[in-house]
Amino acid sequence: MAKAHSAKSQPVKAAQAYGERIDTVEIDATGIETKELNDRLRDLMQAGAVKVVLRNVCGQRYIGTRLYSPERKKMDIEIFGTPGNDLAAFLFGHKIRVHGNAQDGVGNTMDAGEIVVEGRAGDVLGFSMRGGKIFVRDSVGYRTALHMKEYEDKRPVLVIGGTSQDFLGEYMAGGIVILLGLDNKPHKGNFLGTGMHGGVIYLRGSVDKTQVGSQVEISPLDEMDKEIIDRYVSEFIERFPDLKLNKEEVLKGDFIRLSPRSKRPYGKLYAY
Amino acid sequence: MKSFVFPEFQIIRDEEKCGQCRGCERQCAFGTHRYDPVQDRLISDEYKCAGCQRCVVFCPKDAIIVRPTPSFYRPNASWSREKLEDLKKQAETGGVILTGCGNDKPFRIYWDHIVLNASQVTNPSIDPLREPMELRTFLGSKPDLIDMKAKNGDVEIETKIGPNLMVETPILFSAMSYGAISYNAFRSLATAACKSGTFFNTGEGGLPKEMRDEFGKCAIVQVASGRFGIDAEYLNCAAAVEIKVGQGAKPGIGGHLPGEKVSPAVAATRMIPAGTDAISPAPHHDIYSIEDLSMLIYALKEATNYEKPISVKIAAVHNFAAIASGIVRAGADIIAIDGLRGGTGAAPKVIRDNVGIPIELAISSLDQRLRNEGIRNRASIIAAGGIRCSADVIKAIALGADAVYIGSAALIAMGCNLCQKCYTGKCNWGICTQDPRLSGRLNIEIASQRLSNLIHAWSHEISEMLGGMGINALESLRGNRDHLRGIGLYEWELEVLGIKGAGE
Amino acid sequence: MVRKRRARRPLYSKEICACSIFGAMNREGERFTGEGVIKAIANMHVRGNGLGGGFAAYGIYPEYKDYYALHLMFTGRSWEDKRSAKQDFDAFLCENFDVVYDEEIPHGDETTVSDPPLVWRYFAMPNKRGEESRLSDEDYVVSKVMWVNTKIENAYVFSSGKNMGCFKGVGYPEEIGEYFMLDRLYRAYTWTVHGRFPTNTQAWWGGAHPFSLLDTTVVHNGEISSYGTNRWYLEMYGYACTLQTDTEVIAYAADLLMRRQHLPIEIAAKILAPPIWNSIDRMNETEKKLLTTLRMVYGPLLMNGPFSIIIGQTGKMIGLTDRIRLRPLTAATRGDMFYLSSEEASIRLISPELDCVWTPNGGEPVVGELKSIRMVKDEVIRLS
Repeated sequence: MAKAHSAKSQPVKAAQAYGERIDTVEIDATGIETKELNDRLRDLMQAGAVKVVLRNVCGQRYIGTRLYSPERKKMDIEIFGTPGNDLAAFLFGHKIRVHGNAQDGVGNTMDAGEIVVEGRAGDVLGFSMRGGKIFVRDSVGYRTALHMKEYEDKRPVLVIGGTSQDFLGEYMAGGIVILLGLDNKPHKGNFLGTGMHGGVIYLRGSVDKTQVGSQVEISPLDEMDKEIIDRYVSEFIERFPDLKLNKEEVLKGDFIRLSPRSKRPYGKLYAY
Repeated sequence: MKSFVFPEFQIIRDEEKCGQCRGCERQCAFGTHRYDPVQDRLISDEYKCAGCQRCVVFCPKDAIIVRPTPSFYRPNASWSREKLEDLKKQAETGGVILTGCGNDKPFRIYWDHIVLNASQVTNPSIDPLREPMELRTFLGSKPDLIDMKAKNGDVEIETKIGPNLMVETPILFSAMSYGAISYNAFRSLATAACKSGTFFNTGEGGLPKEMRDEFGKCAIVQVASGRFGIDAEYLNCAAAVEIKVGQGAKPGIGGHLPGEKVSPAVAATRMIPAGTDAISPAPHHDIYSIEDLSMLIYALKEATNYEKPISVKIAAVHNFAAIASGIVRAGADIIAIDGLRGGTGAAPKVIRDNVGIPIELAISSLDQRLRNEGIRNRASIIAAGGIRCSADVIKAIALGADAVYIGSAALIAMGCNLCQKCYTGKCNWGICTQDPRLSGRLNIEIASQRLSNLIHAWSHEISEMLGGMGINALESLRGNRDHLRGIGLYEWELEVLGIKGAGE
Repeated sequence: MVRKRRARRPLYSKEICACSIFGAMNREGERFTGEGVIKAIANMHVRGNGLGGGFAAYGIYPEYKDYYALHLMFTGRSWEDKRSAKQDFDAFLCENFDVVYDEEIPHGDETTVSDPPLVWRYFAMPNKRGEESRLSDEDYVVSKVMWVNTKIENAYVFSSGKNMGCFKGVGYPEEIGEYFMLDRLYRAYTWTVHGRFPTNTQAWWGGAHPFSLLDTTVVHNGEISSYGTNRWYLEMYGYACTLQTDTEVIAYAADLLMRRQHLPIEIAAKILAPPIWNSIDRMNETEKKLLTTLRMVYGPLLMNGPFSIIIGQTGKMIGLTDRIRLRPLTAATRGDMFYLSSEEASIRLISPELDCVWTPNGGEPVVGELKSIRMVKDEVIRLS
């Protein structure tokens, strides 16, 4: 296993010259601008790197976006620091773990892959997400899971350990959002699910019906819901071992389900 | 409950000519004509008629006339018939009045008040039939200057030039999404674009997978607020990516594709469940400020490895020159501006008719603004919104645009008559419908040939007019307002357009 | 000053700007240099486009803390224009104020920035005469500032508070910070910073943020779509909106509400960014009455459109976003330090460890105050 440090692409070339497969590469992102950092990530992907560790990340944007390849190469990226906006926008199947907080626009129009955030995330998380999974340990900001979509077996999943602010699931058209409320703070977000016409939100705790959009129905879980929650809570716990969560404790909480009343919430809006 | 609103169209059937072939019954998806076996004649329900003229064209005996019903109401300059009837419809339903196509109200059409120059004597015209007439143009960002190195007689260009689209003629097909128009219409546009050396725009409906290999290279794919059908593969198979911020027909509001039009195929391409409404929210929910737009532009550049020009489409509204200038500074390579008369498949009528400004004024003020700021080279301008003929194209270029998008014109070439009922999904011409019975009427080969013919004809007319002005390359006309004069315009209009009055 | 060429009809226009904002305050009042905030704003470089940057700093003139520190910029195409504007202003100033000290604001090499105006500072006290003796010092200073900004060509007062000052211009904020040597010459207990992305190129030094009046300064990210309405309302109260940027109205609204009408920030926030009627109708009677009255009376001051702002005042730093939080704002604390920023990464750059990090709710102010009053998230609580 070749460990290489940041000095340009020499270690990549050197390793290739020896026919070694490159496994883990470390990059110190101090003072490196967004484009250059993403240039390097792309070069590493093309050269066959499988795992990259980025240190001292501070505000660099679109990490993970440049990594489209028709051959669908996959990389594992670990980020130490605070990544900038639009982390993993248009993500095409890679895995990213953030050891710290994330900012706005995480997983913007993400297609496939996995993002894990050991901390909180900002606004517009998972905007137009269409596949893959995102796990956030703490809370999130406004407009999470906006216009999330699904089609047949492509169903995105978003699990949040804490709470969310206003406009969660706005215009949601598909996918699964689970809010675990593990910090035991009340869910104070408003306009949840406004414009929702597909997908489902599971909330551990309670919300008042004035907090949800008029298109949203609050109902208890059925067997299928419980299976889904069981599965994704397990995955959440696996990804955050430091929380030392007990699955039974988590599942004992009162879950409710927010789902759209109709696929056509705006059917009566127009005079034809 | 009987509606108080009268039918818009009157159907007159010449009973002597009519052979009761029931062709009109089959042609009309609105169910207007019905054969009555007892009386052995065709009966028409005028309330259903949309005035699309399909039955008229296809009647083998030319026995039908369809025309707007003469108004029954007392003439009233303020309470026009349309205002009266729309009001009644709203009283009956409590809903928003929907419509299709572009603004049909009598706002001034500046194209018709601008005249072109022709050369005589001092700078002779060029003969377009025999001399080369170059319409090729490049759309994208260009640097201010190029650094070059001469080595052994070879010149090496050191400046990196951003990605550009090369078009053989300055006419592109505007964004019309698959979902709003039928698969056949969509494919016809793609075919014609590839054949004629130009580009088509996928609109927000995405590009079906089976079309990507063949047509991707002529496609400008759109990233709209609903983000339908967008994945990295979609972005990378195309020639350019366009961020749709607004469109001329409905600036400031979102789009709405009713569940009826979301067939399984449309749903697969847009990645939403079949039968759901495809709602494009009003704003991009991640763009609430110019720096957010800059963020999305660069996110797309990253996602396409900086290999494709990124375009931003905005509607022409007040203050838009400042916004457009900001967009250029935010990194866009192409700016597409859509004026007041831009068309659509569905929009609230009140927005379509009242919001926005005419594209002619928009092009000139934008071009002027960018030149004042010294950044005109950084982005190309594509103008859209009611381009009706090749003269409009030439005038648009002379006012400052690099190219134009045609939407309504392309649909009219395929058979559309602007009946404004696109949102019903019952287009008898097979253009704006997902019903396979109807869309099957539009033959892809024939329709794409018609579109190619249109481009060919207009390109030739443009060549003629260029030659007449003594110009043989399109780049010499761009922004060359000296070749235009205005007639019947106010002082301020001449100023905004940047042209002199005829005779001056 | 860039005056638009005389149009045949008076056309007012406003610039739209979008940007990055940052604020840092030491709640114990300990003063620190501008070095950290310059680094933080430089980290958000991509949010701006180099056409404007600015800083507000509180506590920088302890030796002159009882005097109004007037920062002036004299613009104009030529040196003559600038000099003659200064002459006109000096004459005006001597008639209306007692000046105890004045000098050019120290700066670096002029070639590093684009077309800099002449910037000067004066430490002065009002010299009221006749009718004007009835005015409070503050109202007096405001009226004189408005007069200068509208009547003396090429002269602009861009800072007019005590023991604080604004520094701004055309360039990236880190360049402006360098130019005015903010990392070396000044120590303040509150710094607010702005990096601009205007969409009007005739970016001029006066158009950069912060906008200020007396000791209230505002840096703003977003666009105020209600500008036309806010402007007419404020003009009725004697404020002249001359700087062609929508942010001005926030500064004047803050001055009107908080200084002249003595409303606390919590109420002022509910005027600028009130809750939606739906929420108001569900509140208890007292709150409902208060909010309904505020919206009825102060409706024209509702700031519509996306915004996040940092308002600085003596002893306070306030962060506020619009009602539906269309612009980002992250707040954080570390010991006595209180930070506000458009992006968390910038805070982490200068303080990698943080005690709390959160994003405040739309329309709810986050207030940091000196010493005895505690700052909390979600609500502002005063401890006795």
